[in-house]
Amino acid sequence: MIASDNTARELQELPAHRTLRLWSLASGKEALIALLLLIAFNAAFTPNFLTLQTLNVNLTQVCAIVIVAVGMTFVIATGGIDLSVGSLMAISGTLAPMIFMGKIRPIGNAYVAVAAAILLAVCCAGLLGVFNGWLVASLKVQPIVATLVLFISGRGIAQVLTDGHLQSFRVAEFQWIGLGKIGGVPVQVLLMALIVGAAAWSIRRTVFGSQLLAVGGNERASELAGLPVRRIKLAVYAISGICAGLAGLVVIAINSASDANLVGQGMELDAIAAVAVGGTSLRGGEARILGTLMGALTIQVVRYTLLANGVSDAAALIVKAAIIATAVWLQQTRKAF
Amino acid sequence: MESAGASTGVLLEMRGIEKRFLGVPALSDAGLRVAMGEVHALMGQNGAGKSTLIKALTGYVRRDAGEVRFQGQPFEASSPHDAQRKGISTIYQEINLVPQRSVAENICLGRSFSRWGVLDRKAMRLEAERLLAEFHVEIDVRRPLGDFSTAAQQMSAIARAIGFSARLVIMDEPTSSLDAQEIDSLFHVIRKLKEDGVSVIYVSHKLDEIYEVCDRVTVMRDGRTIRSDALSDMDRFDLVSTMLGREFAGTSTDRNGLAMPDAAAGEAARCADDLMLEARELGAGRAVRKVSLNVRHGEIVGMAGLLGAGRTETARVLFGVAPSEAGAMRLQGQDYRPRRAADAIKKGLALCTEDRKTDGIVPEMSVADNIALAILPRLSRAGVRDESAQRELVARLIAQLGIKCSSPQQPVKELSGGNQQKVLLARWLATHPKLLLLDEPTRGIDVGAKGEILRLIRQLAKDGLSVLMISSELDELIESASRIFVLRDGVSVLELGQGETRSARILDAMAHGHARPPGAWQ
Repeated sequence: MIASDNTARELQELPAHRTLRLWSLASGKEALIALLLLIAFNAAFTPNFLTLQTLNVNLTQVCAIVIVAVGMTFVIATGGIDLSVGSLMAISGTLAPMIFMGKIRPIGNAYVAVAAAILLAVCCAGLLGVFNGWLVASLKVQPIVATLVLFISGRGIAQVLTDGHLQSFRVAEFQWIGLGKIGGVPVQVLLMALIVGAAAWSIRRTVFGSQLLAVGGNERASELAGLPVRRIKLAVYAISGICAGLAGLVVIAINSASDANLVGQGMELDAIAAVAVGGTSLRGGEARILGTLMGALTIQVVRYTLLANGVSDAAALIVKAAIIATAVWLQQTRKAF
Repeated sequence: MESAGASTGVLLEMRGIEKRFLGVPALSDAGLRVAMGEVHALMGQNGAGKSTLIKALTGYVRRDAGEVRFQGQPFEASSPHDAQRKGISTIYQEINLVPQRSVAENICLGRSFSRWGVLDRKAMRLEAERLLAEFHVEIDVRRPLGDFSTAAQQMSAIARAIGFSARLVIMDEPTSSLDAQEIDSLFHVIRKLKEDGVSVIYVSHKLDEIYEVCDRVTVMRDGRTIRSDALSDMDRFDLVSTMLGREFAGTSTDRNGLAMPDAAAGEAARCADDLMLEARELGAGRAVRKVSLNVRHGEIVGMAGLLGAGRTETARVLFGVAPSEAGAMRLQGQDYRPRRAADAIKKGLALCTEDRKTDGIVPEMSVADNIALAILPRLSRAGVRDESAQRELVARLIAQLGIKCSSPQQPVKELSGGNQQKVLLARWLATHPKLLLLDEPTRGIDVGAKGEILRLIRQLAKDGLSVLMISSELDELIESASRIFVLRDGVSVLELGQGETRSARILDAMAHGHARPPGAWQ
C-alpha cells in the first residue's frame, strides 16, 4: 500500500522535476540573454556602438562594480549582505593617496610608497570587513544591521581623515592600475578578470567554496557537520572588504582624485543588483560568480544605452530599478516552481 | 467514548474527522468529546494527529470530512480568529502575543476598547487587571509583556482567552518552558477555569501533569482516536501502552523481548573496561537532569523514553552542541569535554539528527557534496578539493548504502526520506567514526527503507562501530540494541541488559520512572 503510494508519487513528480531543472538551467543564463539582446539593440540603433573605444569605456566603467559584486556574491552566498562596501571604498580611496603622497610620513622611493599605499589601504578595508564578520558571526547581529554600522560611519571616517578636502594627484606609478594597459588591455580589466576567475575557481574547487555554500544552504546542519561556521563568515566579509578596498583604488586612479564624499557612493546597491540580476539567490546557498559578471555588465550596458540615446541620468535610475525588480521577481517565480 | 460525564453536558463533539495532505491521510476517523468544565488530555506520539485535529477544530486547516458540534450547535470556524470569537481559544507553545506592547494592550488585543476612535487605555488597564486578578496574578499591566516571566506571559495569554469569553481553552504543551512553581500557578489557573465551567483541552506528553490536572484523556495514534477514558480508570502503564500501540498489559509473554542480541555484543559485554563512551549523571538545562549511560565497543545501545524525556538533548550534550552543566563524560577511558560539534567529530563521534530537513541535509546541494560535507577538509590538498578522491568516496558510499539517486550530482532535496537518511549516514561513515549517535533514524521513512537502514546499522556494529540509537519505536530498539537505557523527565531511570529488553518493562519505566520487578504485571 505504502510502496504503491510512493511509486505513484514518484511518477507524478518526475516530469515536474525535469521541467524544474530545465527552467533553472535557463535562468542561469537569463542575464547573458539580456546582455546579448542589449548588445544587438545597440548595434542596430546606437551610433558607433561596435567600436573598440565603446568596449573600453564600458569595461573600465564596469570594473569597480564587478570587483565589489564578486565580494558581495560571497557574502550573499552565506545568506548575508554587506551594505558597507561603498564606505569601505571611500576609506581605502582616501587612505592610499595620504600614504603615497607622504602625508602620513614621507617615503622616498615612489614605488615603495605606492606599494605601501595599496597594501595598507586594501588591508585596512579587509580588517574592517573582519569587523563586519565579527558582528555577524560572533555577536549574531543581523547582517543588514551589522554592516549598516560601517555604511554610516565609514564615509564619516574617510571625511575626517581628509578634513573633507579633495585630494588630487598625478602619480603615474599608482595610476597605472586605472590608466595603464598590458598588451592593449586596461590593467583594471585584467585585475577584474583575475578576481572573477579566482572567485569562480575557489567556489568550484576549494573546500572553502563548498563550505560557504553549505553554510548559506543550511547553517544548523553545517554547524552539526563540524564546519567552522564562524570563521567562514569572518572570511567572506573580509573578502568583501578587500574587494571593496581594491575597487576604491581603481576608482581614484581613474579620476586622479579622491573625494571621500563621492568614492563608492551607491556602490552597495549596484553590487547587490549585479548579484541579483546574475541569478544568485539572495537567500544564500548559491554563488554564481559568472552570473554576477553578466549582471554587472547588463546594468552597465543599460546605463550606457540610455545615456547614448539621450535619456537623462535620473530617468536611467528608474530603468535600473525596473531591471532589478524584474530579476528578483524572476528568481521568486523560479523558486515557486 | 461512550461514558462521557453523565451529569455534565457535552461541550464539544467531533466525529469522523478526516484530513489528507497531498493525498496522505493525517486524520482518519478521529474524534474528540469534551464535557463542560472538564480538563481533557489529548495524547499521542509525534505525528499521531493531535495538532492536526486541533487545527481542524480552530479553522487553521479545513477538514475533508466529519462533524463538529459545539455547545449543541454545528460548529464551523473559518480561521483561529473566527474560532476565538465563537468561544474556542488556543494558547500555543510559543506565546503569540506582542512582547513590546504592554500587558494590558496584549490582553485586550483584538477587542475594541475605544471611545470616539481613541484607545481607552484606562478601560483596557482595568479589564486586564480584572482578568488577571481572577487568577491571583498581580503585575503592573502597563509594563511591556516581554518584561515578565514566561509563566506570567502565559497567564496573560489565558487571561486574553477568557476576555473573549472562551468556553473552551486549548493549551498546547503549556509547561514546556515553565519551572515547577510556575507550573503550580498554571494548574491553579486551570482549576479556576474548571470551576467557572470553562473546558480545557490539554496537550502534553508529561504523565505526571496529566494525572495531576486532567479528568479524562483521549489517545490518538496514526491519525485515529484510539481510546477515550476517565483517567481514574486508566493507569499509567495502560496509557503509555495505548499510546505506543502495544496492548499486552496483563501478559508476561512478550515475544519481542525474547530476541537475543548478537553474539559479538555478548562477548563485548564480558569485559567491563571495554567502554567506548561513559556518561555519568549528565545535566544540561531542564531537559537533561541526571542521565547516566554507557556504550561498549561495537555495541548498539538504545535510548528509550517518551517525547520530552530528554533523549535528543542528551545526544546533543554528547555531541558537544549543548553544553553540559553537570556530570562527567569519558571517551575510551579519557576525559571528554566537547565544546562544539567539531570537537566531537575530531574524537570520532557522529550525530544523525532527528530532523533531517533543518539539521541534516543542505537541500540545494548535490548528493555528492552532502556526503562529502564533514570529511571535505581531509579530502583536499592545501584547501583545494581532491575531486577524484571525492568521486571515488561518494561512489563507494552510494553503492555500499544503496542510495537511489539519478546521479551523485542530483540535488539531495529531490530524494525520498529514506535515501536522504542514507545520505546522512554516508556523510558520517565517510569520517570513519567510532561512535555513531542516531536520533530517530527511521522517522518518516517507508517500511521497506526502514528495514534496510536497521540492517545497515547492525552490519556497521558488527564491523566494530559503536552505536547509540534513540527511537520511539520499541520494536526497533528491542530488535537492534543489546542494552537499552530508559529516560524519563531527563533522568535515566532504567538500564535493561541483554535478554531483559522486554517491552513491558520499558513501558513501565517510561510510565512510572521505575520498572516493576519481572512478573509483577501478571
